[in-house]
Amino acid sequence: MIQPMQDPSSPMTESPLETYRRHLRAGELAYQYSEDAGRAVFFPRLACPYGGRAPLGWRISQGRGVVHATTVVFPREGAPYNVAIVELDEGFRMMSRVEGMKADQVAIGLRVRVGFVQDEKQPAPLPVFHPIEETTA
Amino acid sequence: MNVRRGSCAIVGAAESDLGQVAPGLSPLDLMAQGITRALDDAGLALSDVDGLFGAATQSRMLTLALREYLGIDPRYGDSTYLGGSSFMSHVAHAQAAIEAGLCEVAVITYGSTQRSDGRSNTRAPDINPYETPFKPFLPSTAYALAASRHMHEFGTTREQLAEIAVAAREWALLNPKAWEKEPLSIEKVLSSRMVSYPLTVRDCCLVTDGGGAIVMTSAERARDLKKPPVFVLGCGESASHTAISNMPDLTRTAAIRSGELAYARAGVAPRDVKVREVYDAFTLTTLLFLEDLGFCSKGEGGAFVSDGKLRPGGSLPTNTNGGGLSYCHPGMYGLFLLIEAVRQVRGESGVRQVKDCDIALAHGNGGVLSSQATVILGSAATV
Repeated sequence: MIQPMQDPSSPMTESPLETYRRHLRAGELAYQYSEDAGRAVFFPRLACPYGGRAPLGWRISQGRGVVHATTVVFPREGAPYNVAIVELDEGFRMMSRVEGMKADQVAIGLRVRVGFVQDEKQPAPLPVFHPIEETTA
Repeated sequence: MNVRRGSCAIVGAAESDLGQVAPGLSPLDLMAQGITRALDDAGLALSDVDGLFGAATQSRMLTLALREYLGIDPRYGDSTYLGGSSFMSHVAHAQAAIEAGLCEVAVITYGSTQRSDGRSNTRAPDINPYETPFKPFLPSTAYALAASRHMHEFGTTREQLAEIAVAAREWALLNPKAWEKEPLSIEKVLSSRMVSYPLTVRDCCLVTDGGGAIVMTSAERARDLKKPPVFVLGCGESASHTAISNMPDLTRTAAIRSGELAYARAGVAPRDVKVREVYDAFTLTTLLFLEDLGFCSKGEGGAFVSDGKLRPGGSLPTNTNGGGLSYCHPGMYGLFLLIEAVRQVRGESGVRQVKDCDIALAHGNGGVLSSQATVILGSAATV
């Protein structure tokens, strides 16, 4: 837990989206956790979607996961690019892309690790993923 | 209290102009055209309408706009907006309203000029801060991601998906109202411009104008009207997510639940259904809904369709108007599935008519595999 849970009856001082982005700016992939439901919650929000009643807490992901679904988008102009759904080891999924390899080589089951890229059109760095070789030693 | 099987019937059904409509025609013009034609089909007049249902991307306060346009003040209105499945939900809601005595003659309508005016000008963009920065080409990319899972888990091939587009095209060639007029082959589907792998432009629905309406009333009133009533045997609605990254299982849709509800209420099983009109925004959606609605087992859809059974003359007639892939797709396609299902049960589908078609299933999909709604319709003999 990286931040005390706020009293839900008091006015919010920071939206869930801003908390998420603040962590991205610090090079962290944050997600929420429902103590009641015992599972990760993503996207960040103000109510537990798994029936929990206690406020959701924040955690920092280790940033490792697996490609769950993948596609290559072929825009009318410009180069094809990857869009993927990544399942993080903490048990939540998010949309992102896999970089550092050809878009059409990204395969379901590929182990990946998060990195953060600046995109001047975005208010915070974007969490993208890179392939990793798992060491079994 | 549950709604009663066969308590209501669809008594009128019609498309507006389709394809590329005359310059300047508005979505409301197309809805008015569809409503007028559907009321004519039923032998009813605008003055009979006391329930108004509809959804459209180009009219945020649709029932309000229609009241003004048509000069009517119906007792009951519902503009539930669930994308392409809206109209199946409207059938379910109209049935409840008619049974409750809130209205007696309900019109369900839709209209879109997305071909004439351009997709980006006819719908508000859905901004999702957790998806939009990665530039998914929506909705295609969402369906492509789901397709990648189906291929991974079950070995489904692009060729098997392409067969669904070819079957739809063969039906479209029998439908004078269909947009597409040329034959299509599996090779042509595979070699077409890639949109979001594995889906080529021929795996994706058309972008057309179009609209229409259906008229629903009580079973009692339906018996005195112009055409044989097509009874609402059962409806089911379900949803699992909004954004594709939140879909709990990319190969299992909420159509499993909506179908179970509709079958239970209708008291029928998949084997009783003579024709299937299922939402084919993409070749993948036909595949998923054949599985999720119980026509084959989960994961078997690819092999199931590959013998051509969906084509005209095949053992499992499906999307007999040519579908969203080859007939018409103005953005929210569900209403057209209901129109074709009504015509099939009435026996009005001409060269496309499925023999002894007493029970039809129409299944709508909204969002990105998000909202699912199933309607089972039957002839008088099935009630």
